[in-house]
Amino acid sequence: MQSDLCLLTETTPMFQLKGGLYTLSSIQLLGTQLALLDKQLDAKIEQAPKFFHNAPVVVDLQKINQPGTYLNFKQLKEILISKHLIPVGIKSGNADQQREAIACGLPILQEGPPKKSNAPEPANQSSTHSAKEEPNSSPSLETETDVQGSNTRVITEPVRSGQQIYARGGDLIVLGSVSQGSELLADGHIHVYGPLRGRALAGVTGDTHAQIFCQSLEAELISIAGHYKMSEDIEKIAWLIPVNISLDKGRLHIREL
Amino acid sequence: MGKSETSNKDSGKSESKVIVVTSGKGGVGKTTTSAAIGAELAQRGYKTVVVDFDIGLRNLDLIMGCERRVIYDFVNLIHGDANLSQTLIKDKRCENLFILPASQTRDKDALTTEGVEKVLNELRQEFQFIVCDSPAGIERGALMALYFADEAVIVTNPEVSSVRDSDRIIGVLNSRSRKSEQNQEMKKHLLITRYMLNRVQKGEMLSIEDVQDILAIPLLGVIPESTAVLNASNNGVPVTLDNQSDAKKAYQHAVSELLGVKKDDSNQGWASKLLGGLRLFSRSPA
Repeated sequence: MQSDLCLLTETTPMFQLKGGLYTLSSIQLLGTQLALLDKQLDAKIEQAPKFFHNAPVVVDLQKINQPGTYLNFKQLKEILISKHLIPVGIKSGNADQQREAIACGLPILQEGPPKKSNAPEPANQSSTHSAKEEPNSSPSLETETDVQGSNTRVITEPVRSGQQIYARGGDLIVLGSVSQGSELLADGHIHVYGPLRGRALAGVTGDTHAQIFCQSLEAELISIAGHYKMSEDIEKIAWLIPVNISLDKGRLHIREL
Repeated sequence: MGKSETSNKDSGKSESKVIVVTSGKGGVGKTTTSAAIGAELAQRGYKTVVVDFDIGLRNLDLIMGCERRVIYDFVNLIHGDANLSQTLIKDKRCENLFILPASQTRDKDALTTEGVEKVLNELRQEFQFIVCDSPAGIERGALMALYFADEAVIVTNPEVSSVRDSDRIIGVLNSRSRKSEQNQEMKKHLLITRYMLNRVQKGEMLSIEDVQDILAIPLLGVIPESTAVLNASNNGVPVTLDNQSDAKKAYQHAVSELLGVKKDDSNQGWASKLLGGLRLFSRSPA
């Protein structure tokens, strides 16, 4: 929600930090012969020019990151830009490559926490849900757990209609009700100690082992790793009872607790 | 603007309170409630001003019967075209009651945070209660009305779209108010309006418990659907200054609850019977 209050004082905030998830294609380099890359890219782009036009791309160096492998980042960048591809970062490079990349204005992108038993992804497309977190500037809404290395978020107040909560890299626990018109997102599990009336999306970065737990299933939508069900279908299986929802072979299983 | 002649409760020692009457949904009874609560507070001796934040679609002046006496308005005040005493309208029926009307020719963009803050601070010097009648919605006008509030009355009809919008506005109160920015709790009160017991019993209308279950804020009161409300607005009289009615009684109970006093009610009216029966005076925490 954009702030439309008139900004007149020094303390009026000029920005806010937000998390975001974006769908990005990666180009995984299989060698360092840039002239050859140039020609081969042209051929590929010709197949679907619109798809590639001004596309943001991540340069994946996993296959060429052995120590000592040299890559001319400046030249690479020029090649990509000349074809209207916009390099937005690199991943899986070795230390030297990372240094060079940063010198050329390319950030190092990390992938989410390692996925355990996912099938190897073919075209290096990391598909993620685009999720925007509404600024919950009242800290009384949640208490951060101090568990070492845990990114679990604990929300202690009811989640109101229109609010979106995203537990990045961990689980989400809500002690209270989740209203219709609100959204819970987590990379891991979602636990609601109360009625779940809004939308709950667990495993948003692809973790198929994520699960959803709630004390009363009244959700508008539930999803695990992109596999979803809406209330009309949920109602036929279980409704208004405590449940545990998991994903098995691509199908959602709803079990009474 | 000199101090009121009548004795104010607490002789001006207590801190002034800004109460926003909001809902999210339109047409649920915010203006009716602002006028009723404001008038009742004034009748109990508190110097009270009711402020109309609905710039461009003003209604408070009509409901309070002073539409023909509006010379200057809120926007004039912010721009410095007039001072407070020139802009405030004194109610003819009640000593302690004043109205700050909105502009009809401008719109909500004419309000600035700084301007509103300045006006409210000035009002705090003079008044014990400042009731802010919010417009519907969650954009600028509503945000302005709630931003500086100490407490909020969330007006809700016992029907699904009103309840969802109220839930939304509660979320906004928790994140877009000054109190939330300063990590302070804003007291929120649920006021159910246009309640019809027979429809609830038939299952056509949400019950009080249904609404409380979803909104999870303390209940201030329940105002029944009443012909008195339309009559009062036609006459330009706040419900609580008008003839006795079920709605008036209910608003009086609500104001007692707001002030934290138990109203001595030997002849139990509709409202208190219902409230007593449902043990609503034992307010559960949010």
